[in-house]
Amino acid sequence: MIRQYGDILDKFLLSEILISQPSSFNREETGILDRLTRRQVDKPVIYLGSGSCGRIAGSLKTGEAIREYLEFSGIEADITEVGCIGLCSMEPLMDVQLPGKTRISFCKVGPEKVTDILDAVFNRSILQEHLLGQYPQPGQEPWSNVVNVSDLRFFKNQVRISLGKMGIIDPENIDEYIASGGYRTFLKTIFTYRPEQVCDIIEESGLRGRGGGGFPAARKWKTALTTAADQKYLICNADESDPGAFIGRALLEGDPHHILEGIALAAYASGASKAFIIIRHEYSLAISRIRKAIEQAKEAGLLGQNIHGSGVNLSIVLKISPGAFVCGEETALISSLEGKRGMPRFKPPFPAVEGYLGKPTVVNNLETLALVPSILEKGPAWFRSIGTTQSPGTKIFALTGKTVNMGLVEVPMNTTFRDIVFFTAEGIRENKPFKAIQLGGPSGNCLDYNHLDLQIDFETLKEAHLGLGSGGLVVMDDSSCMLNLAKFYLEFLKKESCGKCIPCREGTKRMAEILENITRRPVNEKGHETLERFKGVMQLENLAEVIRDTSLCGLGKNAPNPVLSSLSQFREEYEEHIFDRKCRAGVCTHLRIYYIDIEKCTGCTACARKCPAAAIIGTPTHPHFIVEEKCTGCGICQETCKFVAIYIK
Amino acid sequence: MIFTIEVNNKQIKAKTGETILSALRRNGIDVPTLCYLPELDATGACRICVVEVEGKPQLVTSCSQPVEEWMKIFTHSPRVIQARKTLIELLLANHPDDCLYCPCNGRCELQHLAGELNVRERRFPNKKSPARLDQTCSALVWDPAKCILCGRCVRSCDEIIGVSILDLIRRGEKISIGTTFEKPLNLSNCITCGQCIQACPTAALREKEAFAGVQEILHKPSIFPVVQYSPVISVSLAEEFGIKPGKDLQGILNSVLRKIGFKKVFDITFAADVLVLELADTLLKRIALGEKLPLISSCCPGWVKYAEQYLPGNLDLLAPLKSPQQIMGKLIKRYYADMQGITPEDIVVTSVMPCTAKKFEAQREEMSLQGTAEVDTVITTRELAKLIRLNGIDINQLDEEMTDSPFASRSTAGKLFGVSGGIVEALIRTLHFRLTMKEIANPKITKIRGFKEKKEVYINIEGKEYGFAAVSTVKALPSLLDEIQSGKKNIQFIEVMACPGGCINGGGQPIQGNGETSQLRAKAIYDIDDKESIKASHKNPAVFDLYQKLLQEPGSPMSSALFTAVFNKRTVLL
Repeated sequence: MIRQYGDILDKFLLSEILISQPSSFNREETGILDRLTRRQVDKPVIYLGSGSCGRIAGSLKTGEAIREYLEFSGIEADITEVGCIGLCSMEPLMDVQLPGKTRISFCKVGPEKVTDILDAVFNRSILQEHLLGQYPQPGQEPWSNVVNVSDLRFFKNQVRISLGKMGIIDPENIDEYIASGGYRTFLKTIFTYRPEQVCDIIEESGLRGRGGGGFPAARKWKTALTTAADQKYLICNADESDPGAFIGRALLEGDPHHILEGIALAAYASGASKAFIIIRHEYSLAISRIRKAIEQAKEAGLLGQNIHGSGVNLSIVLKISPGAFVCGEETALISSLEGKRGMPRFKPPFPAVEGYLGKPTVVNNLETLALVPSILEKGPAWFRSIGTTQSPGTKIFALTGKTVNMGLVEVPMNTTFRDIVFFTAEGIRENKPFKAIQLGGPSGNCLDYNHLDLQIDFETLKEAHLGLGSGGLVVMDDSSCMLNLAKFYLEFLKKESCGKCIPCREGTKRMAEILENITRRPVNEKGHETLERFKGVMQLENLAEVIRDTSLCGLGKNAPNPVLSSLSQFREEYEEHIFDRKCRAGVCTHLRIYYIDIEKCTGCTACARKCPAAAIIGTPTHPHFIVEEKCTGCGICQETCKFVAIYIK
Repeated sequence: MIFTIEVNNKQIKAKTGETILSALRRNGIDVPTLCYLPELDATGACRICVVEVEGKPQLVTSCSQPVEEWMKIFTHSPRVIQARKTLIELLLANHPDDCLYCPCNGRCELQHLAGELNVRERRFPNKKSPARLDQTCSALVWDPAKCILCGRCVRSCDEIIGVSILDLIRRGEKISIGTTFEKPLNLSNCITCGQCIQACPTAALREKEAFAGVQEILHKPSIFPVVQYSPVISVSLAEEFGIKPGKDLQGILNSVLRKIGFKKVFDITFAADVLVLELADTLLKRIALGEKLPLISSCCPGWVKYAEQYLPGNLDLLAPLKSPQQIMGKLIKRYYADMQGITPEDIVVTSVMPCTAKKFEAQREEMSLQGTAEVDTVITTRELAKLIRLNGIDINQLDEEMTDSPFASRSTAGKLFGVSGGIVEALIRTLHFRLTMKEIANPKITKIRGFKEKKEVYINIEGKEYGFAAVSTVKALPSLLDEIQSGKKNIQFIEVMACPGGCINGGGQPIQGNGETSQLRAKAIYDIDDKESIKASHKNPAVFDLYQKLLQEPGSPMSSALFTAVFNKRTVLL
């Protein structure tokens, strides 16, 4: 591909950096830059939210409908596929920017709505039903009576550093990224600072790893930088594999060049001339976008040998990982990258000293790297002004569950969970009561009502024995069973444990078994099974302690978290399951005992015919009866009954 | 640098760079281990060796954690003991409860630890992962039900032997140890050396036992049971009976075998002597005819299988001769049977070997003649000990006896076959005589002795230099072969042994307590070499007799007819 505006963009990139480059732009050049950044447009532009979330919500079909509409109506307009702005629950999002007007955004745009919405917009009116808001732009006429997107509750408390350009710019167009200021920080940094100075700046900013541990990022870089070796590596960990986490995916889909810039800066600072992005194979859209981005960056001379004459070399290699949860652990990630079995090894030696192929290797989470360009652009003091003293900056959460708004939110580290759940996410759907937050995926913790006012910074959470984990934040209402949740995560962990160390391999299996026993149907339980169940309950806490105390890696150390935290917060619920054999949320099917109200039953036989266990007996037109020994608690009969005659005891 | 650390409220000395475990063990503080073996890289997998280090939030594994000056360590605090015990209990929850029936009963490390940690009840219900017993291999049995996934076999196969047929496969609760694509052992590229058995703490990997069958045939009147034993059995059997390693039991071995019920007892060392003569002849002919060199020994069946799998293009380098075990078997069934007027089919030859691969070798197709195997059964040193116990014999009460004629004498050169470098040493002694008709002045070739993976020696005989190399474990072989074939090294003969240090460390040997044992075994063999007077194979009178009566001379049509071996490329999944 020949870059149409390559020269102008190179000039733009290097202006103010190299004295030899003139930094004035003529009117034509400014016009091109403006068009590339879409500060102003010549013809209408339609933006379509096309991250994975958008596509799942049907944006591809919406796109087709838009194309059909344009063809049919003869309107000439550009269609640009953009990433996700974070409001995944509102997808598909469609924005329209008319010449001279600000960009206006519509949500939940199914293909059938396209004509109505576009018809209205092109006639300068608005279909309120699907309106989200507008993006104000100096020099452009705003839509009247339309709220600014940034004033929406979802966006109001957010400080979008990493997510800033997500959903706004075209992720597949490097020119747009450069024109909007991208890669300038990278070039400026490699021309003005030595690697150790970059480390110092990051250290001063207080940036801590967002992968969960909160380890100071600069310390790793410095270790790698000062360790003598002929080759050093940087690994960007995008092998995101816990249920409920999609931060990395969205970032790669929405703003891949931003990630590349972060990687390039971190690689420079840690002395690495080769960087890997490890991404799981399921992320096909993210893979294709980052692959394209790497190609484009190479073509623009931003990657490769002697970048823009600076003497800095950097190659970025994309590695598709088969996707194992344990490979989120850095040593396991490195061994899988080496072509070995993805198993963690003991530390020390730390990867920054002895990592990939025995060379110093910095492993950073993608989210950490995404913060780097802005810190170098705006300075450590600016970064420190956000969040808390010990944990400056922002944190992205993948917000899912029972809240009104769902998606990605980036909030300062001094935000409370209450703010996130009740302000940004606008509370629980259908006004149901809030029950719990599951924070940080399978090895994360459960938070209850009392934790809502906690600040999300590393120190506060550490004090409360909680961890941010991967940044997954699942909000639950009273229809969730905490035991079932713990069981789900333990089942996940026992499958995803690498199997190397005994506590994690055998311990998670036994813990899952104990929970399974607790939620087992009491009716047909044999004597020794009852004994096992009680014995298991008694072992649970002790077993969890030993697993935590002896496991080799983070997966094992945190494996008991789902049980320990739910047990400490929801002990009553556990006791109910164990002693009363009841699940208050009605989720544990085996504990549901159904009966038929003979007053109401008409003997229509509908339930008996549907029962998969043949547990309902009775003659037609006479009240039926459920045989407890046979019933599995599935609840199909209750759903089937038209006379509301079936109840849970 | 040496510094002081505090362990269990006492000061001990530690060195910079060593692990906590190493410091503790040197100071006589015992911390139990399971996945750790001193000769293998530590992995920190089993977590049994955890200790409490003040200031660390978690327990740390002493096998992997470098010791640091500030450390205050508790090796047996309640927290540590509770953790270790729970770990063992977790392992037991997935382990079959059949200790009484287990071949490993009494020497099982898991059993030992369970006892030591006072495990007295089943805390976790016993729900086992499904496991399929693999008995397909002629030498080894793989019983995954007993596997505790310590990974010692995996590392031993990879780090010590260099074949690496085993690895952990799948993950989480479904993890197991297996071969490529989970092929059964007989279809895998396992060379059956049995070093994994030496590494296995339980009975998950063990030899395919054959001694019970031997016991049965001993008392059948129609059968003429004959036993032959390897040169190293006499120096390692003692360990099985609590005698200190390195004691030579040659004479007692003969009498115990007769006591068990074998009619005739032969020492394979005799066949080793025959082989040395044949080898010398083959080597000299190859040199004289300018044929492909180096000649590589083919006594070790593990190595032979390795070559057939990995070096099919170099099979013509292997000496086309049978191993001493098979030569002995052949001589018994052809020569001895004729001499005694016994039908070969009535003779059952039992071989006592330090090796599991010999079980594999004995059943190779070319090792039999018209359906009669040269060697019928192979048992390991460990199995012999079991057989002796089964027969209730107290070896301390026996008098020394001789082996049976016509193979009653042996040279110490043949005895050297048990240690790595021994074939080279024996060969040099005989080569020297063949070339000069004089005995070598100093028969002790120390350069080729010892436990190094690769040893080389260059000997000048009448102005011509001959190069010899001895390789133990196959790791060092490919690079050495490259060096020779590219002309960088002038070596005419390579001895290869699959096991580290040679047969004294064979897979069928008594399970070693520590690395010192093998040193003592080797020393015992070298002591015999020092003490006795027949130091070269060609000086063995019985061998001389055999050549006169049957073989005529080395390399004769008769000896080729009897001793030629064939090697074929093996296609396996690598």
